Amino acid sequence: MMKLKSVTKHYQHRGKTVRALHEATFDIPRGDYVAVVGPSGSGKSTLLLILGGMLSPMQGQVMFDGQSLYDLAPADRAALRKQKIGFVFQTFNLMPYLTALENVQVPLLLAGIGETEQQEKAASLLERLGLGDRLDHKPSELSVGQQQRVALARMLANNPAVILADEPTGNLDPETSQTILGFFEEVNREGKTIVMVTHDPGAARRARRTLQLLDGAIQHNGSVERQPT
Amino acid sequence: MQLKHLVWRELFERKNQLATSFLAILLGIAVIVAIKNITVYSEKAVARELDALGANILILPKSASLSDYYSADMQGEEFPEEYVTRLATSDLQGLDNLSPKLSLPVELDGKRFTLTGILPKQEFQAKAAWQGAGIFSRPEGCGTVASVPGLTPAPPKETLVRQRVIETLNDNEILVGADVAAALKLKADDKISVLNRQFTVTAVLPPTGTVDDARLFAHLHTVQQLAGKGAALNAIEIVGCCDQISKGLVAKINRLLPEAKVVTITQIVDTQIKTNRMMAQLSMLFLGIIVLVGGASIANYMFANVYERRKEIGTLMALGAGSGVVLRVFLLKALLLGLAGGVAGYVLGTVLAVILGPRIAGVPVLPVLWLGPAAIGIAVGLSLVASYFPARRAARLDPSTALQEI
Repeated sequence: MMKLKSVTKHYQHRGKTVRALHEATFDIPRGDYVAVVGPSGSGKSTLLLILGGMLSPMQGQVMFDGQSLYDLAPADRAALRKQKIGFVFQTFNLMPYLTALENVQVPLLLAGIGETEQQEKAASLLERLGLGDRLDHKPSELSVGQQQRVALARMLANNPAVILADEPTGNLDPETSQTILGFFEEVNREGKTIVMVTHDPGAARRARRTLQLLDGAIQHNGSVERQPT
Repeated sequence: MQLKHLVWRELFERKNQLATSFLAILLGIAVIVAIKNITVYSEKAVARELDALGANILILPKSASLSDYYSADMQGEEFPEEYVTRLATSDLQGLDNLSPKLSLPVELDGKRFTLTGILPKQEFQAKAAWQGAGIFSRPEGCGTVASVPGLTPAPPKETLVRQRVIETLNDNEILVGADVAAALKLKADDKISVLNRQFTVTAVLPPTGTVDDARLFAHLHTVQQLAGKGAALNAIEIVGCCDQISKGLVAKINRLLPEAKVVTITQIVDTQIKTNRMMAQLSMLFLGIIVLVGGASIANYMFANVYERRKEIGTLMALGAGSGVVLRVFLLKALLLGLAGGVAGYVLGTVLAVILGPRIAGVPVLPVLWLGPAAIGIAVGLSLVASYFPARRAARLDPSTALQEI
């Protein structure tokens, strides 16, 4: 599904070169569920952005379904994101001025879907995530856990093949975290590929594999036994 | 949901910043609309005054004296009627109500009066060479105003007093000034003999307080026959378009008729020119201010908006929005801001003009509809131009820096 070949990305920060990712090479097969772990500044964020087609590497190649992601024009990469990739953010990144329903409609709007279908699909997704009675609530009127569930519904709106999640449980209480991780397992079982950046070892253990980054280099790329929930 | 809903909902998210930019456009447009609105009615008022005064350009023989503007055509000097043809067939803009005249002293019942020959409009229209030359087709708002609030049109024959021309005048018809009528006890339809020719009085002109009150007006060609001087004239009166006078109409007539003397009521024209120039300069000044202040305010607001919404822009890009969508989001916002500012500015400016116009310019002011689209056009254009660079910056934003948390 996704393949990184000797991908390197360095930043310049106050005159110093920061090694965000260095010669990273690994495969993510279809239906995989990978947890990316490592200390702050180890390159986890960079890896997620590069996988999402939002940050071009200095060297190396990123393949997505056999296509070199960064050989595509920016508009084509945006179209690919729209069709195949779903992002989940630590702070949810909901539009504060839109209702839950409207937030879920945004990716559908960008995909050019008509208003009626947008509303039906968004309402159905929010129902699935247990927010059927919160459709007209703005993010500020929702609990943190509910906000993350709206973000999950938004992520699923275009039925992406790949989910890129950044600390999806970072801001959540343990109970809500378990709900979200359970949801990830559920959609993974449905066939979606998940790459999840996390600091939480417990969350990492719920993934099929763990990828450890240290100073931009992959330290460990192996299978982790799934813990019983 | 459509993109415009997204923009509309966001518009009210940061109300304080929005209010500042909206106010900048609103006030700027309101001031421009108010000045322009008052100017339109001020020009109409001055034009009405000029109309009441009659001709504002006089063509005389080269040797004529200018001691008295109103009797400058009674000095016995002459020039050929062909000058009228030259004027009528020229491409000069701003000429209207050409009134060629020939005056003769006459004695009636022992009293001295002046018989003045004038050419009615029908004569101009009858001459194919003069048709389509632009005369009698002067646009409203210049010299004679087609419709002035509070002014009732004069009876057909009496238009001579105000507009210096009349529509029709037959060979045996005569118009008499107020003093002549009083001295000779004449009224409409009376018969009168002048220089051994019988005329019917078709109208008694209202008093004007000028030498015209002591005149009798007959057809030019009849007066020319009575004078025995052929196709000669003493003067040509013209109501010239004030805008064109300010653009050098008098000099252009001088070039066309180098053998004649061309004079104008300079004080009145100067006042008009000065008023117009001052209003035009004020309009331009405020236009400059709104472009600078309003544009800077909008651009500043938009740059700040882009900066504050980096995360939102990054999120939109992560959800699949291309740079074109992001550009549209910000330009659509600018369009809405401009539209609202333009409409509100027009309404406020019009209200200000209607209330303050009579106090500032001493003229009644009514709304000018065409200023609406103009105000909206300026506001939208300004808003779009000022927002273009911030919008482009948003569209080119690096999503990796926008989504710093990743």
